Amino acid sequence: MIEVKDIEKSFGEAHILKGISTSFEKGKTSLVIGQSGSGKTVFLKCLLGLFTPEAGTISYDGKIYSKLTDDEKRNLRAEMGMVFQGSALFDSMTIAENVMFPLRMFTKQSRSEMEDRVDFVLKRVNLIDAHHKMPSEASGGMQKRVAIARAIVNNPKYLFCDEPNSGLDPKTAMVIDNLIQEITDEYNITTVINSHDMNSVMEIGEKIVFLKDGYKAWEGSNKNIFKTDNEAVTNFVYSSELFKKVRKMYIEENE
Amino acid sequence: MQYLTNIGAYFLMIAEMFRKPTKWSVMRILIFKDIDDLIIGSLGIVSFISFFVGGVVTIQTALNISNPLIPKYLVGFATRQSVILEFAPTFISIIMAGKVGSFITSSIGTMRVTEQIDALEVMGINAINYLVFPKFIALMLYPFVISIAMFLGVLGGMAACVYGGFSTLEDYIIGVQTDFIPFHVIYAFIKTFVFAFLLATIPSFYGYYMKGGALEVGKASTTSFVWTSVMIILLNYILTSMLLS
Repeated sequence: MIEVKDIEKSFGEAHILKGISTSFEKGKTSLVIGQSGSGKTVFLKCLLGLFTPEAGTISYDGKIYSKLTDDEKRNLRAEMGMVFQGSALFDSMTIAENVMFPLRMFTKQSRSEMEDRVDFVLKRVNLIDAHHKMPSEASGGMQKRVAIARAIVNNPKYLFCDEPNSGLDPKTAMVIDNLIQEITDEYNITTVINSHDMNSVMEIGEKIVFLKDGYKAWEGSNKNIFKTDNEAVTNFVYSSELFKKVRKMYIEENE
Repeated sequence: MQYLTNIGAYFLMIAEMFRKPTKWSVMRILIFKDIDDLIIGSLGIVSFISFFVGGVVTIQTALNISNPLIPKYLVGFATRQSVILEFAPTFISIIMAGKVGSFITSSIGTMRVTEQIDALEVMGINAINYLVFPKFIALMLYPFVISIAMFLGVLGGMAACVYGGFSTLEDYIIGVQTDFIPFHVIYAFIKTFVFAFLLATIPSFYGYYMKGGALEVGKASTTSFVWTSVMIILLNYILTSMLLS
């Protein structure tokens, strides 16, 4: 479980995060949503320890990050998996080498043990014959699946995804969303996803945190986002006619 | 003020390069890869340039000696001195700042742009050690490249001298052997080690701390070439003053 208490983050004059508090539970897929510039990426980078908040605390299963020693921070980071928006695969390595990378860095497994594990996770993300391909030879959807495989290969406790389905067609985006949710359930991981894809919000948002101008404007689940009358949320989530209709139908069905 | 900030950040990066070392089994592969990319991959261009510039130095020297009282072997002597003292260690380092330096800046810069460095940091890896240290170790073999440059420079001079009809082979060899001071080779290698350190770290600094997109990668490569060259020229002057004056 990740608990965030009153975190603040600024860059020079720009005050990006303004006292955000929330929590992300184990085994649940949580989404952080909001408009561009609302502070989602900065928030995620604070969770990852890439940015240090000026105020507030972030704790991982009770361990407050800012109070950890450098070694403890490094060990904690080894328990994190991250799927970057652009996949961030190492372009000098093959797909199998990319997935094997965390194992080579953090485990003492033999080559054959590592290869077995790589085979297993690549199968898990439905990539069977892609071991020897270079990332540049893979499609966007394949690259995302490789990034997910690399993120989960070392059995992380925490999985972070920055807009995992941006730039993907709707069908592939849904495959990626479902894959992340299945993996979260299967391995009981604390998963936090940055997204502004409303399909993801409706499909897999077991917990949703809505950020607006650096504040937490709303939090809830994909069930009660249909019912909320929070103006900031409705203006953002139901900005399209299609989602307005979906919402109307959902409310009518559940009345 | 920005210059001071950059100088401070550069020295912090160097300190960080030696902290939290990457697992040796991984580091070993990175070092061999960088030796291949930075050292072996440079041998062709260094050999080509050294041979022909050695020849040009010889021709220029021979054409500028018109006084019949000056012995012919001076052509070999002048070529040897020019190649060992300045051409091989300094001129080749400037070329390497362009070839190797821009390769280092653009490869690390591209990793920054595509979030690969963020991926390393998220995994708890000391990205500076992982990326810069193998280049630093690989470039400790740079004196080997310079040895080849020295040999081929003198050889190119010999070929130009003999086949150009400027003097005989015997005269050239006598010139190359005349008043040889072994410390000059040591001086050249001391400079080479210092330049190797600059070649590994300055381009890495500009790649690692770059911000922006593809266009900025190109700008960072240019800036790194300029500053690596400036530092090589500046330290060449300081080291020459210290070691030969």
